[in-house]
Amino acid sequence: MNFPILSSLILLPTVGAFFLFFTRSNKQNNFTVKYVALFTSFVNFLLSIYLWILFDHTTSEFQFVEQRIWIEDFINYKVGVDGISILFILLTTFITPLCILSVNNSIKERLSEFLIAVLIMESFMIGVFCSLDLVIFYLFFEAGLIPMFLIIGIWGGARRVYSAFKFFLYTLLGSVLMLVAIITIYWLTGTTDVIELYSLGIETKYQNLLWLAFFSSFAVKTPMWPVHTWLPDAHVEAPTAGSVLLAAILLKMAGYGFIRFSLGLFPVASEVFTPLIYTLSVIAIIFTSFIALMQEDMKKLIAYSSVAHMGYVTLGIFTIQQQGIEGSIIQMISHGLVSAALFLCVGVVYDRMHSRLIDTYGGIVSIIPKYSVLFMLFTLAALGLPGTSGFIGEFLILMGAFKDNFLVAVIASIGVIIGAAYMLWLYKRVIFGKLINNDLKKMIDLNRSESVILTSLAIPTLFFGFYPDPLINTIEVSISDLIETYNFRLASKI
Amino acid sequence: MTNLQLVFPEIFLSLSIMFLLIFGVFKKNSSKIIQNLSLVVLLVTAVITFNETVGIKEVKLFNNSIIIDYLSSLMKIVTLLATFLVLVISSNYLRTFKIFKIEYPILILSSVLGMMIMINSNDLIVFYMGLELQSLALYVLATFNRDQIKSSEAGLKYFVLSALSSGLLLYGCSLIYGFTGSTNFNVIANQLGSSEYAITFGIVFILVGLAFKISAVPFHMWAPDVYEGSPTSVTLFFTMVPKVAALTVFIRFLYVPFLNLIDQWQMILIFLSIASMLFGAIAAIGQTNLKRLVAYSSIGHVGYALAGVATGTNEGMQSSVIYIIIYIIMNLGLFSCLLMIKRENQYYEKIEDLSGLSKNHPMLALSLMIILFSLAGIPPLAGFFAKFYVFKSVIEQSMYFLAIVGLLSTVVAAFYYLRLIKIMYFDKEKEKYDTDHGLWLKFSLTFSTLLILVYFIFPSQLIDVVSRINII
Repeated sequence: MNFPILSSLILLPTVGAFFLFFTRSNKQNNFTVKYVALFTSFVNFLLSIYLWILFDHTTSEFQFVEQRIWIEDFINYKVGVDGISILFILLTTFITPLCILSVNNSIKERLSEFLIAVLIMESFMIGVFCSLDLVIFYLFFEAGLIPMFLIIGIWGGARRVYSAFKFFLYTLLGSVLMLVAIITIYWLTGTTDVIELYSLGIETKYQNLLWLAFFSSFAVKTPMWPVHTWLPDAHVEAPTAGSVLLAAILLKMAGYGFIRFSLGLFPVASEVFTPLIYTLSVIAIIFTSFIALMQEDMKKLIAYSSVAHMGYVTLGIFTIQQQGIEGSIIQMISHGLVSAALFLCVGVVYDRMHSRLIDTYGGIVSIIPKYSVLFMLFTLAALGLPGTSGFIGEFLILMGAFKDNFLVAVIASIGVIIGAAYMLWLYKRVIFGKLINNDLKKMIDLNRSESVILTSLAIPTLFFGFYPDPLINTIEVSISDLIETYNFRLASKI
Repeated sequence: MTNLQLVFPEIFLSLSIMFLLIFGVFKKNSSKIIQNLSLVVLLVTAVITFNETVGIKEVKLFNNSIIIDYLSSLMKIVTLLATFLVLVISSNYLRTFKIFKIEYPILILSSVLGMMIMINSNDLIVFYMGLELQSLALYVLATFNRDQIKSSEAGLKYFVLSALSSGLLLYGCSLIYGFTGSTNFNVIANQLGSSEYAITFGIVFILVGLAFKISAVPFHMWAPDVYEGSPTSVTLFFTMVPKVAALTVFIRFLYVPFLNLIDQWQMILIFLSIASMLFGAIAAIGQTNLKRLVAYSSIGHVGYALAGVATGTNEGMQSSVIYIIIYIIMNLGLFSCLLMIKRENQYYEKIEDLSGLSKNHPMLALSLMIILFSLAGIPPLAGFFAKFYVFKSVIEQSMYFLAIVGLLSTVVAAFYYLRLIKIMYFDKEKEKYDTDHGLWLKFSLTFSTLLILVYFIFPSQLIDVVSRINII
């Protein structure tokens, strides 16, 4: 029996949270509390790096598989990773310590409770990405609602109650249908084990309905147009660290779910519904980009840009082309880094000026130059400038799309231009221009922890922009295998 | 020769009740002793039940009118232990209202005796006898705080409506007797076939009576008023214990004599289930009184439990039993919290009174939050598994409509549970509440919260216990 590395990854943050549970947070021990949490999540990050080093990317088999009987003759606790899931685990363990590091200024009260919620959230999210049983997946997928609800509701802004409820109920409503589908799959095949289901296949006549049930959950979580309205609300009201978690990791659960379950289990239905996904994705790209253009609140603007970016992701996934899916995964990773960084950037100025309105700012380039440089980097990454990770993702997705459907690809490409427009305009209005608001002169540049956070997000953004090979190598074999099985099963109608 | 050993629990319990009654009359100020003795009696009865009957496969006694099998033993033990916990945590409340009297534990014990007879029954007459015994004790319990008008009103309302439903039930029994010539479940089962439609009438009337007892929509009208008016400790008893017995009778009555008529009663049960789930979820949204809110929430939960019974399969029935057991644990925790919301001899029942609880009483708020998320059915808490098993058995019978409506109503229900969490965690705090609650109350809260929280680590144990039930 080898060292159960995946279970350790899932459990470790919870153990850290358990320790924090016994320390009441007050002024004196805030420091200790924070470092316990930081230490836990950092160890988890190192552990996941170790996992990546051990990971064998020449095979598409699931690795580090652990299996234990959980409910006799019914569900097994089964976890494992392949090329598709490992990157998401890395993203999760990478973002969480940065989140914890960023709480300095934004979270004033109940710090230890906040960190407990963040750590438990990390456990659940890692669980989502490595579970190989539908029921276990659902368990982690849904359980994540509880900490996020509390993070938005307790530490959020003025309309936090409305946003927290909207977030919770929207997502729950989407997910219950998935539960029906999961039970139905068990009833049809006698198992909920993903690996077994891959080899068994699901009868064609049931696939469409099951696909729709999964879709209802993933579409809300992605979020796809027209069920995206919870996202701007949740983002605007959540504290900075909450927005980061939401944008960087929570949204990726659905993209991952599409690849793992919709494509993997229901190839026939996926083929049937590809036009639907294309339509919704294209609408998301164009429509929400225009909405983003009109926003006055910075967080809302970035939230809408997230919807647009996730539109590319869903588009790429359903091209069923090697480039398309690779691009989607890289786009998700890149969006994880970049949107996290952008929310943190907004958080930085918000902590100083207590305003997220674009009008408040303008002409701050000479006051806080370090901030302006990093903000520019992330703005450019968000609009997909070559040399940043955002470019690789978008480029591959569009390449895949051109192979599959010319018209959709053309429309999606137009979205890139609008994307550039709203990001650059945002940057121009916040950073350049005339300095009108005199309060801005008192702003101080990035402090040490802020620079550390933003720099550590900037490094992978640039690195993978110039040298995406480590990412592509990791996912390549798994994806080509996925597409091969997909096409094979599509041809043989199972 | 009848084997009396198997009914030792009932015999012991009835003798104890008589003894305690006489003891209480002759000894002045003996309420504390009687309370403690009743607790001992409950535990001893549970132990006897466990020792004498758990291993028994299936034995029928007294001219086949009583059945002892695994289902009845399990449900009796659940009833007894739940009653024990109810009794043990209610004493502080009773003392506060100066109604800590000898009658209270004795009435509860008599009602439990009635429930045990109901659970054992394999005959319409025995079943009716048990039902009336438990109901009569419950009427008095509802009015126990007799100086309060609301409590008397609750008792009267419960009495009148319950008597009506008993009447309907008896009418149903007589119809069935008339067409089959027997009141015994097994004989009835053999006499079916000839006059199916007439018997269906009987089933409908009996189901109405039972639905009333278990407070399923549309026979739920009494529940919110009675739950609100009765003393909280009695409400706690109402929401937990009678449901176990009523569910057992539901299962026994539908599965033993009438399983072949499943086409006739399945639609009724599906309707009861869907109506309860939806109505419980929607009506609870507008409530401002915690006890009324719990009443509607319990109506909803009854709907889920009935969904399992409606499948007409062994698995479905087992999932209902699991549901009711987990529901009891959650409710125990919920009421332990309600009984802790107290300041200087006054209990608070409005939902605003929970405001900002997390600041003043973080542990209490945390436990209540876990319990509420569990009641809402969010994984990985126990409440999720309860619903999961039920819907698994429902979907295996291809009853998709029931499953989807049920799951959608959990989303509606999540709203009002979330609202309570919102009030506790997101709102401004109020004055502090008392913190000296006595050991038992704290114990029952910790116990139920921990069970709910760690259930997902050992889900198989409960399934193992329940999966031995086999009555088809």
